[in-house]
Amino acid sequence: MTGLLAVLTLVAVLLLLAAAYRPLGDYMAHVYTTGTDWRVERAVYRVLGVDPRSQQTWPVYLRSVLAFSVVGLVLVYALQRTQQWLPLSLGLGAPSEHLAFNTAASFVGNTNWQSYSPELTLGHTVQATGLVVQNFVSAAVGMAVAVALVRGFAARRSATIGNFWVDLLRGCLRILLPGALVAAVLLVLGGVVQNLAGFTDVTTLAGATQSVPGGPVASQEAIKLLGTNGGGFYNANSAHPFENPTQWTTLLEVLLMLVIPFSLPRTFGRMVGDHRQGYAIAGVMATLFSASFLVLVALESAARGTAPALAGAATEGKEVRFGIVWSALFATTSTGTSTGAVSSMHDSYTALGGMLPMLNMMLGEVAPGGVGSGLYGMLVLAVVAVFVAGLLVGRTPEYLGKKIGPREIKLASLYILVTPTLVLAGTALSLGVPALRDSVAGTSIWNPGVHGMSEVLYAFTSAANNNGSAFAGLTANTPWLNTALGVAILLGRFVPIVLVLALAGSLAAQGAVPATVGTLPTHRPQFAGLLAGVVVVLTALTYFPVLALGPLAEGLI
Amino acid sequence: MPQSTRTAARTLGVALRAMVVLTLLLGVGYTAVVTGVAQLVAPAQARGSLLTGPDGTVVGSALIGQSFTDAGGEPLVAYFQPRPSAAGDGYDAGASSGSNLGPENPDLVAAIEERRAQVAALEGVEPADVPPDAVTASASGLDPHVSPAYAALQVPRVAAARGMSERDVADLVARHTGGRGLGFVGEPTVNVLRLNLALDDSEG
Repeated sequence: MTGLLAVLTLVAVLLLLAAAYRPLGDYMAHVYTTGTDWRVERAVYRVLGVDPRSQQTWPVYLRSVLAFSVVGLVLVYALQRTQQWLPLSLGLGAPSEHLAFNTAASFVGNTNWQSYSPELTLGHTVQATGLVVQNFVSAAVGMAVAVALVRGFAARRSATIGNFWVDLLRGCLRILLPGALVAAVLLVLGGVVQNLAGFTDVTTLAGATQSVPGGPVASQEAIKLLGTNGGGFYNANSAHPFENPTQWTTLLEVLLMLVIPFSLPRTFGRMVGDHRQGYAIAGVMATLFSASFLVLVALESAARGTAPALAGAATEGKEVRFGIVWSALFATTSTGTSTGAVSSMHDSYTALGGMLPMLNMMLGEVAPGGVGSGLYGMLVLAVVAVFVAGLLVGRTPEYLGKKIGPREIKLASLYILVTPTLVLAGTALSLGVPALRDSVAGTSIWNPGVHGMSEVLYAFTSAANNNGSAFAGLTANTPWLNTALGVAILLGRFVPIVLVLALAGSLAAQGAVPATVGTLPTHRPQFAGLLAGVVVVLTALTYFPVLALGPLAEGLI
Repeated sequence: MPQSTRTAARTLGVALRAMVVLTLLLGVGYTAVVTGVAQLVAPAQARGSLLTGPDGTVVGSALIGQSFTDAGGEPLVAYFQPRPSAAGDGYDAGASSGSNLGPENPDLVAAIEERRAQVAALEGVEPADVPPDAVTASASGLDPHVSPAYAALQVPRVAAARGMSERDVADLVARHTGGRGLGFVGEPTVNVLRLNLALDDSEG
């Protein structure tokens, strides 16, 4: 019965995404290539002093991305540190320096890791003017970088890769804002709250007092998911009944997370003039996603482990209305994208089941990945796959008519080394340096034994991959973890962006190599299979040892 | 100023203006529009789907679970009981949270054993008959639902405490049972607060 439900669920979700693939993908391609500006956009360009027709080289594009992100970082930090003077702050004071840094890095880096409990820490003003804005713009930055890379593939002997300010504004106003408006209203109809109230005390049926929370939740929830951000308005995130009240809202939320990442391959196919290339990328994403989901359902349904077996099912940390299948779907979606929202508590999953969300992130979040970051991550892996294929058959590797030379493969290789380095170094420092271990083991870790090690590994995996979900028993609000995770988030976000934009510039400068009978076709199942294999093998080789110390040890012994 | 510094300063200026404009549009404007539309099209939901008791006062939200215990924390036998909760001292709506206890955590194992014994004693059934959701805490700590199996288990006890027939109580449970969303999303649910309100109403 569970197996049938899982398959039915998967088919339904994939069909809905397939229906959106062409219209949304084509629309996004139009948004990023049209020469027409909206009136409001022209007004904004005047305020910025930017000529929307001017084109940027990759270093200028990068400088714009970094300047914009630095300003965001400072602003979100400053808003938090002055919270006590801001309106609608519900009497809450300013978070500590290290917590405010972590939160600012986290939201600017499209991660939305939360070391804090929102309802006890942040008022409505910081949430709406600080965090909601970053929910939009960090997503738009991801899409802009992805589109810049696609332009690199599409361009012929070009010195430029687009204009960041145009890509940013159009991504926000033409894609994310309309989508979020519609989604927010639908969520309100489903029961998500949207008001400016604080807590309302009510006397319960049993005569006790309960403080029912308020807040502009639906507006934040919509963009939190559509922009694959994931930062909850409340501590329980999308498990909270005011963020995700019903079964159909959880369907809507899953679709919101997936729709842009799964449609961007169409945008890519359209911009490089070959839709088959888009289908190949989307096919790899869908295959990895489906496999991960079905394995997770199987593991959680089997309910192995002492506590799940004793309870009769792995229901600890899961809501009745979602059950095993839809909790697993949400978890796979949230960690396969870079969202990190949760509708169930991953820390309480079965040992092997809890490894699956970690694995989704370790794949580099390319199944289907975050808005923009999923596409550029997968395209970098495609470059690596083309290179591997070239080595196997002894030909010069080419992808989409571009030669993959030493410079391109160096950039791609560096890209795939960044996050594993951050994950493994962060985990090793936390557990290896005595002073840090005392803090991590004494204060942060919640569950005893190897599960505690998994909590730390999960945290750095989540931060470096810009996911934001957690084995949430971990108390991350300590000077070390706030700082280390904040740094991992920033490096895990912006070092890959530097490399991707450098790759875009390098590709754009090339002319096109004409396809011959010796060219490896990159739209066929053969190449898609190779690409999926590269993704899985790279991850397995990198992370198997550390997984053996954590979830594998817990689940197999 | 050297050229590179001037360029960096200019870019930061553009970035700052962009951030201010986008904050006004997406932080203030968007939030205000959604709030306004929400109050127009679905004011009840926007305010939290609040429910009123027999005397007309608000007793809670249909979406937020609550405890049905006496001052000493003992279950009130005339009410259906919700799942265990890890939010604060239990169903603290100001501190939503799961337990985050791992599958091998001895504290969780002990808690499940204790809850199983308590539920079995309260309902007068074999420990093996207690369903999983009755012995495990939810993700939010505010789960408003129990499974139909856990509700069915409680029918005889509630009926006896209220002097109602088991059939009448079971009918009420059936009326407050929701199926899967769209036929395939999630699992069937019984809303505990709505059910308990209906029980109080039926006694009039």
